[in-house]
Amino acid sequence: MSQDPAQTGPAGNDGDDDVYDEPIPMMQSLIDNPFLLLFLGVAMPTVLYIVWGVMEIVGIPIAK
Amino acid sequence: MAVNRNFRTCPSTGLVYHEPAEKLIRWNAVAGVVSLLVGGVLALLVTLTRWPAVKLLPPDWFYLALTAHGLDMLVFWIIFFEIAVLYFAASTLLKCRLATPKVAWAAFWLMIVGAIMNNIAVFKGDSSVMFTSYVPMGAHPLFYLGLILFAVGALVAVFVFFGTLVVGKAEKTYNGSVPLVTFGAITAAIIATFTIAAGAIILIPTFLWSVGLVSHIDSLMYRTVWWGFGHSSQQINVAAHVSVWYAIAAIVFGAKPMSEKVSRTAFVLYILFLQLASAHHLLADPGLTSNWKIFNTSYAMYLAVLASMVHGLTVPGAIEVAQREKGFNKGFFEWLRKAPWGNPCFSGMFISLVGFGFLGGISGVMMGTEQLNLIIHNTIYVPGHFHATVVVGTTLAFMALTYFLIPTLFRRELMFPGMAKWQPYVYGLGMSAFSVFMMGAGTLGVPRRHWDMAFSGAAMPHEFPGTAYLMMGLMAVSGLAAIVGGAMYLAVTVGSVFLGKKIQTPGFAHVPVRKGMAPPPVWGPAAVAPSGGHGTIGLGGFVAPGTFVLAMVFLVSFILYYFVNWKYLSTVWPLS
Amino acid sequence: MTAIHSPTDRVWWKQPLDRVEGTWIVIAFVWCLVMFFMMPYWHIYGKQNLSNEAYRTTPEAYMAKTQAMVDKYTVRTVTEQNIPVVHPVPGSDVYLIARLWNFWPVLELEEGQTYRLHIMSTDWLHGFSLQPENINIQIHPGYEHIVTITPTREGTYSIICNEYCGINHHTMASKLYVVKPKKG
Repeated sequence: MSQDPAQTGPAGNDGDDDVYDEPIPMMQSLIDNPFLLLFLGVAMPTVLYIVWGVMEIVGIPIAK
Repeated sequence: MAVNRNFRTCPSTGLVYHEPAEKLIRWNAVAGVVSLLVGGVLALLVTLTRWPAVKLLPPDWFYLALTAHGLDMLVFWIIFFEIAVLYFAASTLLKCRLATPKVAWAAFWLMIVGAIMNNIAVFKGDSSVMFTSYVPMGAHPLFYLGLILFAVGALVAVFVFFGTLVVGKAEKTYNGSVPLVTFGAITAAIIATFTIAAGAIILIPTFLWSVGLVSHIDSLMYRTVWWGFGHSSQQINVAAHVSVWYAIAAIVFGAKPMSEKVSRTAFVLYILFLQLASAHHLLADPGLTSNWKIFNTSYAMYLAVLASMVHGLTVPGAIEVAQREKGFNKGFFEWLRKAPWGNPCFSGMFISLVGFGFLGGISGVMMGTEQLNLIIHNTIYVPGHFHATVVVGTTLAFMALTYFLIPTLFRRELMFPGMAKWQPYVYGLGMSAFSVFMMGAGTLGVPRRHWDMAFSGAAMPHEFPGTAYLMMGLMAVSGLAAIVGGAMYLAVTVGSVFLGKKIQTPGFAHVPVRKGMAPPPVWGPAAVAPSGGHGTIGLGGFVAPGTFVLAMVFLVSFILYYFVNWKYLSTVWPLS
Repeated sequence: MTAIHSPTDRVWWKQPLDRVEGTWIVIAFVWCLVMFFMMPYWHIYGKQNLSNEAYRTTPEAYMAKTQAMVDKYTVRTVTEQNIPVVHPVPGSDVYLIARLWNFWPVLELEEGQTYRLHIMSTDWLHGFSLQPENINIQIHPGYEHIVTITPTREGTYSIICNEYCGINHHTMASKLYVVKPKKG
């Protein structure tokens, strides 16, 4: 599955290398990573909604 | 074994279909529409029973029909269609082969078996436990098993979607970031993963309880975890139908997102916070603290509401910019007046957007407020709200998308185009009125999931005011209009798919990996100006002034309605 | 490119916002904060907040407490089933059982007085829906929920079940009487 860099590289881009010099900002690369988002999207509600909620229910005292 | 790399390009849209993906998208969509048909017939029965002047079904049949209606619509119709949307967003929009079609077929059949099993359990008559199946009321074991199989199938399908993203990246079928619509689909898939996991955590023990292997399921624990499934599954819909809005804006108008950054960040807010709103259902429950309730019900300071308000601006905003660039640049609203109102793809999407925002969104945030929930919980206001979100919002958006998919995906000409033109209006406006009257009846205290608001046979019946009966009657009439709209949709889609005139297009051809790679990118100059540079359109420095005016109208309605309800709350008995 | 194509900018994160978007985000965010802070505000300054006080208990223990109250405060009975009507002293603990398919007993409270109302189900989930006030609370089996309640207007109110609880759900309704306080 190795790719020829000429196929996808900047060759077809009038040699405008400036565009490629700019690093991808951290937030953009974070948003471009679906698996990181998958982890966050499952972890957030699991901790904040389910785990917190279940802990509160377990902690309900016994009636006198 | 060789990977199927057969693709075809739709000549009129330029979209690329992978052969196995196309088949899977079609079959999942068809399974969804069949569920919609069953759910629609049940909707008619439920509506006619809740119409006090008609009261069609006896109570046992009513609760049976209501249970099946909830499941067939909220779960089976919507999730089948969503799987179709996911495959479309990954395979077609990334011009990429679908990962592991065989596994995707296994997922499809698991979902089919699960859906049928669950329906059989309900129609047998001993599982009229509603969509929510709250313990300790028990259903037949097949009821839970069917849901579990369906959920497992859906989860596998979601993994096929993620696998396809990996394939697309590895085979370089696109450059840079995925399209915004695909990103919205990723959001839906992430929410689906949490949803199905929560469902498994609670439904598997409940299944074991139903066969006698577990002795007790705590009702509060059940409601808490179950709503992680039940409410989040509706949040999949939100992410999915917002993606469909963006897709239709792109398809019909060639609209560019106003800003990739804003729209994608709004989707990220969905991923992080939308699912917390499962707490909406537990605001009137004992034992959970106000800290937990306030934090979760507000999606951590309403950050997911902020995201919806952003999408609500950027989707019509993108349409407005596209229209103004085409020359409809006069005044505030020429772009909207000159929109293609006769195209059901657009009109359906626009009614979905407005209905979801004004009716579903405002009512949902209002009743999801910790204290305001006291005057709403379990009244018929609640189904009023979610018929505005899930039916006017999601179902209508999916219907609108279907009008686009029939020619390009099914390669059939639309049958009954005149009927199709009117369908979104009949359905969308009927359903909107239906929701509004339900909310009206709910404010007067009419309970949801209730066979007889006159309490026949009760020793101490409550007498609702005449206006409540009037509201329920109007609700039923509007519901019938919506059902007619639903039948129009079914007539058009089923007619077109099976009997429509075939569109001859070039067939599938083998495309090797190298030929399937995206052409070398032509990046625009490094970002300095908004992409495209809007030039001289708009008014007063605003490129989309009309949309901004609409947004302000929305905000003012929201604020007024929100505080009217606080005012009303302040008049009821003090509680602490 | 459109939303169904990949972005044409390699780095789209640094695109400046359109003014219309930026303005709207600020306005919407302020509104979100207002809505968020309304909830804690109402806990401090508002009068209608649902108590979270609850205890885990058994149907038998709860039934015993309710029976003790009924034995002490019953003033009359209503309907053919002779459901007791209790008139407890203001400020006291008042017990209400929800079960298939009735509420027991019937409560008679005094206007302007405050009570600690205990509610629990002894079987399935039920709903406490006070009409026409339209106050709605979920009732769980096994959780004794204590709500401090102050009836403000005399009259005959209804309590209806608004959580689906089976075939006779629609018959599950009761009354709550609010009377003027007795003089002296």
